[in-house]
Amino acid sequence: MHPAPSVIVFTTLSGLGFGLLFWLGLGLPVVTGWAAFFYFALAFGCAVGGLLASTFHLGHPERAWRAFTQWRSSWLSREGICAVASLLVFGLYAIGLVFLGQQWVVLGLLGSVLAIGTVFTTAMIYTQLKTVPRWNTPVTPVLFLSLSLGGGALLAGQAVAALLLLLVAGAAQVVWWMQGDKALSESGTTLATATGLGSIGKVRSFEPPHTGTNYLLKEFVHVVGRKHAQKLRLIAAVSGYALPILVLFFLPLGWFLLALTVVLHTVGVAASRWLFFAEAEHVVGLYYGKR
Amino acid sequence: MTTLPESTDKKLGLVIDLDTCVGCHACVISCKGWNTENYGAPLSDQDPYGADPVGTFLNRVHSFEVQPEDKPAQLIHFPKSCLHCDDAPCVTVCPTGASYKRAEDGIVLVNEDSCIGCGLCAWACPYGAREMDGAEKVMKKCTLCVDRIYNENLPEEDRVPSCVRTCPAGARHFGDLGDPNSAVSVLVEERGGMDLMPEQGTKPVNKYLPPRLKDDISFEAPEPLTPVVAEAKGFVGWLDKMLDKV
Repeated sequence: MHPAPSVIVFTTLSGLGFGLLFWLGLGLPVVTGWAAFFYFALAFGCAVGGLLASTFHLGHPERAWRAFTQWRSSWLSREGICAVASLLVFGLYAIGLVFLGQQWVVLGLLGSVLAIGTVFTTAMIYTQLKTVPRWNTPVTPVLFLSLSLGGGALLAGQAVAALLLLLVAGAAQVVWWMQGDKALSESGTTLATATGLGSIGKVRSFEPPHTGTNYLLKEFVHVVGRKHAQKLRLIAAVSGYALPILVLFFLPLGWFLLALTVVLHTVGVAASRWLFFAEAEHVVGLYYGKR
Repeated sequence: MTTLPESTDKKLGLVIDLDTCVGCHACVISCKGWNTENYGAPLSDQDPYGADPVGTFLNRVHSFEVQPEDKPAQLIHFPKSCLHCDDAPCVTVCPTGASYKRAEDGIVLVNEDSCIGCGLCAWACPYGAREMDGAEKVMKKCTLCVDRIYNENLPEEDRVPSCVRTCPAGARHFGDLGDPNSAVSVLVEERGGMDLMPEQGTKPVNKYLPPRLKDDISFEAPEPLTPVVAEAKGFVGWLDKMLDKV
């Protein structure tokens, strides 16, 4: 799959932003006044920035409002609704904390549920696709949720929660990678089933339909990004998971160290997200003798 | 709504004969020609006369080599377009309701005025049947020439999809695959028509007829020329002796 920068920025940043909102909604920590202002500015910045980035990959962003209508069947529609509802609820909750010094507990809890819902529905957009066997696994939402809540806990200064969640995320990531590397072959979809010609003999793509490229090849058969896959996995594992976990476990958390850990973690997650797309094989590539 | 209809009155679709297709790409050109100037946004090309041309097509013809265990390889030309699936995953993922499957005839269409160009339907399609147009930024797909098949301004023989009308080999057939007595259903029954990627669970309406079994060709090398007579006589015998001496 083509690793569109807009979608990588969106899933990385909005994951962190909604993760932080989740903890703020639970009152961990309870902040008011200026402190609340900065926390919410950071959370909204990440979440809204991510959402805006995601609209950049739309062909017609001016029609984006239509995406709120198909919640009955579409995970993308559900994600849009959850995201906007969550931001509205947290907007009110933030007004209470920042300007009135009031913590409206129920509103915060509702916001936290919606924040989790946003991250879950984002993950389900990818998980639902049978055409991309690497994504089509329950580990995908586990990975997205643990990363988002773990990263959010880091931002919220919740060291114990962050440590536990990043351990879960790291384990999910390793399982996801190992399982993903054999997902296409285990999916049962091959050029033989794609053409129905397998019963005659071994099928090989002899000549593509055209000499140039096309939308399908650009969007679904992105092989360039896989060149450094192993190095990027190492960067993601060390920077996104191992270093933050070591810091949380061994060092007392000061502001500077916390900020550094957040940056390390974000870089690692971005590397992981790049691979999430670049390494994903869409079955349509089989028709072109590619994966 | 992008939920799928429980069932459709008809299941209009194509039957493609892989035994007959000669790989001429006439259906590709005819499809592009008809659909670029009729239903919806044109099928644009980018850099059409330059070094790196790319464009939108609703139908493309692949060629595959199939190598049986102990027989010569076969070359099979393989046209591919939207299969108008019963369980079309491209429809249910659409966040805006732009993608839909018609309850009356089962055709899967895109309402281009509602399409936000997110591309998720193309991600959900295992067959590569949907392409985002590079100029209009909306999703394009085979409409089964919905603007021909019901068009009473056209002569009756033209009221079939453009690709079917054009095919010089008669490799493409159009009809109601929901009616077991229709010509296309009978053809599918007789020839063992098959689904592409059945394991994806899309229940495609379009069917593909597998190539017929080929005659067995003996692949032993022909015998080298052997002398017809052991001892030649007459003129030929004299010539034979003379040539031996030379």
